[in-house]
Amino acid sequence: MAIDSKVVAQVAHLARLKVDEADSAALSDRLNDILAMVDQLQQADVTDVAPMAHPLDVTQPLREDEVSEPNVRDKALDIAPAAEDGCFLVPRVIE
Amino acid sequence: MSNAMHNKTLTELKAGLAAGDFSSRELTEHFLARIQQHDGELNSFITVTAEQALAQADAADQAIATGNTGLLTGLPIAHKDIFCTEGVRTSCGSKMLDSFIAPYTATVVEKMAAEGAVMLGKTNMDEFAMGSSNETSYYGPVKNPWDLERVPGGSSGGAAACLGARLAPGATGTDTGGSIRQPAALNNITGLKPTYGRVSRWGMIAFASSLDQAGPMAQSADDCALMLQAMAGHDHRDSTSLNEKVDDYLGALNNDIRGLTIGIPEEFFPDTLDGAIADNSRDAIRELEKLGAKVVSVSLPSVKLSVPAYYVIAPAEASSNLSRFDGVRFGHRCDDPKDLEDLYKRSRSEGFGDEVKRRILVGAYALSAGYYDAYYRRAQQVRRLIRDDFARAFEKVDVLMGPTAPETAFKLGAKKDDPVSMYMADVFTIGVNLAGLPALSMPTGFINGLPTGTQIIGNYFREGQILNVAHKYQQATDWHKQAPVFGGEQ
Repeated sequence: MAIDSKVVAQVAHLARLKVDEADSAALSDRLNDILAMVDQLQQADVTDVAPMAHPLDVTQPLREDEVSEPNVRDKALDIAPAAEDGCFLVPRVIE
Repeated sequence: MSNAMHNKTLTELKAGLAAGDFSSRELTEHFLARIQQHDGELNSFITVTAEQALAQADAADQAIATGNTGLLTGLPIAHKDIFCTEGVRTSCGSKMLDSFIAPYTATVVEKMAAEGAVMLGKTNMDEFAMGSSNETSYYGPVKNPWDLERVPGGSSGGAAACLGARLAPGATGTDTGGSIRQPAALNNITGLKPTYGRVSRWGMIAFASSLDQAGPMAQSADDCALMLQAMAGHDHRDSTSLNEKVDDYLGALNNDIRGLTIGIPEEFFPDTLDGAIADNSRDAIRELEKLGAKVVSVSLPSVKLSVPAYYVIAPAEASSNLSRFDGVRFGHRCDDPKDLEDLYKRSRSEGFGDEVKRRILVGAYALSAGYYDAYYRRAQQVRRLIRDDFARAFEKVDVLMGPTAPETAFKLGAKKDDPVSMYMADVFTIGVNLAGLPALSMPTGFINGLPTGTQIIGNYFREGQILNVAHKYQQATDWHKQAPVFGGEQ
């Protein structure tokens, strides 16, 4: 399916990006170029091939359930665009 | 003045420091002066950390005086601006992180500092490592020192260009689809992408987590071995870091390569390939035959689907990884958001450049309901076919070789508005990332005054063997010793 301005708007919303109407057509064209290239994947015979998410067959390591990280709240808040009383500050979400 | 300090390899500089020919302070001042003199033209650094560098150099001189040295004591290194460095801006080439001062230091940087390395600064790169020309950087493109009208490749283009121009003797890079090897080829330097999981990703800003891997970039293979020796190893803070013994890369450099079997994948020499590119790589392989290697032909039929598989998997992972940049906790935040959604959308749209946005959109599309099976699942199935092709080849051969990049450095702007044509710059490098294998690019001659590179791909954890083969080649040739006539001197 080809991407048009409507699909761009939907996907942009999913990704929380703002796309200007003026750029939407050109962006659709570029995305369609990319998807046309990606469509070569349809040539492959993938019958009975398990998807591979990781190059090496390893499992996630486990560790003891103990506190191992230091408390870095102040360091983390220092680099926040807006913080107050030990919290990140965002526009009001609950009236 | 070819015996100037900046033309020496890390290995030579290390010997010079040990012999007392110069101090780390003199060495560091020399490179800082070269950066100041020449980087205005190149734009290979985003941040130069002169003060810290000199302090580290003085500490290194003390360590040398007391005989308390590590692998890299006193050697100046430039870090790609994707590695977090506490107290120093870590921009990842993006407006999003233009004012981000990392609150902690990446394992790679920490390990190299622990071995005595001196950090010169942070190198320019494609935004969030997405690009093959360094033109997507918020800080402007890097220029190729061999021709200032051409790109240095990407995404570790700043690292490769500063090495090529001899503004630093060693640099770190990262490689998700070719971002160490392709710029290494275009700037006549040596660069290694290790096995996935060999080097810690902790503190390295994530692009595509199942593909990203950090590695060394330098003039020569022995220098890459020295750097990798310091970089590699298990890190409990990175759950994908592998708990495998680190080999003695330096010790393996001079191993005999008689009887080594080199596989030549026919897919790396397609009919459409520029004949001069093919010739340079074939000449390099012939040189290794003279040193006693055997050559056989192999086929990797699914590897031709590497680029399409990558451009589903990498954007999908990127769309997830980059969701953390939301204007709330760190990074760019828009002015006067009217509500939370406006805050997210405007902060992200202002902070990200066009290529990053394109990849986030492709990834979000490929992962969205109704398209997941056709794109993401299928790409992961093809990824397994590609890995299996490599595994079959490595039953018969020790290493695989072919050109690193399909062309020499192209003109700035030539592919800027054509993403698909830009993506093809990594046609020979991407398969290695999908399979998770180690691979190195080394200089193997010129075309019209522009460098070309040849790739050596090894089996999992065979970095030592790859470096050994490259080192033997470099002992027999001097392509890697060529430096551009830059700023009226050599």
